[in-house]
Amino acid sequence: MSFRSELTKGLVRENPTFRILLGMCPTMATSLAISNGIGMGIAATFVLVGSNVIVSMLRNVIPSRIRIPCYIVVIASFVTMVDLIMAAFVPKLHEVLGIFIPLIVVNCIILARAEAFASKNGVLYSLADGIGMGLGFTLALTGLSAIRELLGTGTLLAVPDFGFPGFRIFDRSLAAVMVILPPGGFITLGLLIGLLNSLTRRKKKAAQT
Amino acid sequence: MDGTGLIVSSSPHQRAAVSTPVIMSDVILALMPAALAGVWFFGLRALAMMVVCVAAAVGTEAGLEKLMKKPVTIEDYSAAVAGFLLALVLPPDLPLWMGAIGAAFAMAIAKFIFGGLGQNIFNPALIGRAVLLASWPVFMTRWRWPIFQAPWIPDFDAVSSATPLALWKLNGIKTPYLNLFLGNVAGSIGETSALAILVGAAYLLWRGHISWRIPVSFIGTVAVLTALFGQDPVFHVLAGGLLLGAFFMATDYVTSPVTPKGQIVFGVGCGVLTVFIRLYGGYPEGVCYAILIMNAAAALIDRLTVPRKFGEVKKVA
Repeated sequence: MSFRSELTKGLVRENPTFRILLGMCPTMATSLAISNGIGMGIAATFVLVGSNVIVSMLRNVIPSRIRIPCYIVVIASFVTMVDLIMAAFVPKLHEVLGIFIPLIVVNCIILARAEAFASKNGVLYSLADGIGMGLGFTLALTGLSAIRELLGTGTLLAVPDFGFPGFRIFDRSLAAVMVILPPGGFITLGLLIGLLNSLTRRKKKAAQT
Repeated sequence: MDGTGLIVSSSPHQRAAVSTPVIMSDVILALMPAALAGVWFFGLRALAMMVVCVAAAVGTEAGLEKLMKKPVTIEDYSAAVAGFLLALVLPPDLPLWMGAIGAAFAMAIAKFIFGGLGQNIFNPALIGRAVLLASWPVFMTRWRWPIFQAPWIPDFDAVSSATPLALWKLNGIKTPYLNLFLGNVAGSIGETSALAILVGAAYLLWRGHISWRIPVSFIGTVAVLTALFGQDPVFHVLAGGLLLGAFFMATDYVTSPVTPKGQIVFGVGCGVLTVFIRLYGGYPEGVCYAILIMNAAAALIDRLTVPRKFGEVKKVA
């Protein structure tokens, strides 16, 4: 176990979205545009890093029977911060993400990292774990939402908060609406997971021979 | 025991001479009248759509099988049939590349992800249509009037692009039976002409490739239910995609029940859903979704309607 391996495992090897399949609900709901995906990813990363560090610090103080409520209190504090900061500085993004900001409190990734990692490991490793997992989640959301934004609306990188309409790649009327609807989200995610699995399998095979 | 002429195998021992390619080429033959009617009413554009959809479906199947290093099965014509069926349920003026995407999606997602022919839960052609409708609703609901005029519509220009079912639902205009029967109405390429579909269906029934159970129970349910709700049953049977769906889509071997009783249940379920979507749903037409929903239930229906074995006694609970 090294700081570096804890930092990088969340990116691909144990990517929370593509490998552990956690946090599917915000993944589906917020991966409609790259700006939403990145916004959600950064918000979750901030909460994840904060909660991982605090939970790790308190791991010897929290009684194991009531550990989940204790984690929730820690996580909820950070979520409240994120909620208020986003409402103040990026109000349009805050409006689009809506209920999914407060719902970060019960985000499976954050709870799972607190329960499975931070409550058993030191502060430094927990920090690395939080950053890695958060970045992995952000990367996955960005990739997924890039595909969905491009195919579903015909634009890329639209950021309503900066008044930027995005790069129009093709006409809106030709965009496949289904891709930004829930079925399109599930199909895109499924195909991406399949692609990633087949790539790693090929890599493993190549390494063996 | 060096196996001179003795073959030990599990059932079934009696096999029919018909194979998948034979059935599928017969289905293509049976679809020809409807396809010709589509070309007759909507012009060469309809033909182009069929060519593109078939080519995309066959190409996707062959390409994916090459990619996955599996035997290429395009010679069984099942991909061609799926592409052909998809073209027949698309509006004639849909951009051709959308038709190609629909056909490719039908093969890749609806068929191959589930394991190829015989494994798919949902009818690929209908999935292609449903995906296109969800993706490009504007293009998918833009209809064109055939080459002939329609004197029974008062404000012809304003509503000329609506299908008979949409005209009935939104404007209260009923299309005459004769036009519905011959196919001189707006609609998908292959669904407008009841006559052409019935000719093809009669051929399939005569060859014994489909049984009467699903189509008859499907269409019968629609007729009875619409009559019960005070609608015109003849109109509801002739209009929209009911006949095409009942004879060519709902009878798909892979996605419908195999037990005789189950087929009746399946047909009745399709009919009930179709009527309720038509009368109370947001869409004017419900055949596509009705069949897809019942596809999902097909395996369950089979399980509940297993025929009693010869001599089997009902278990006393």
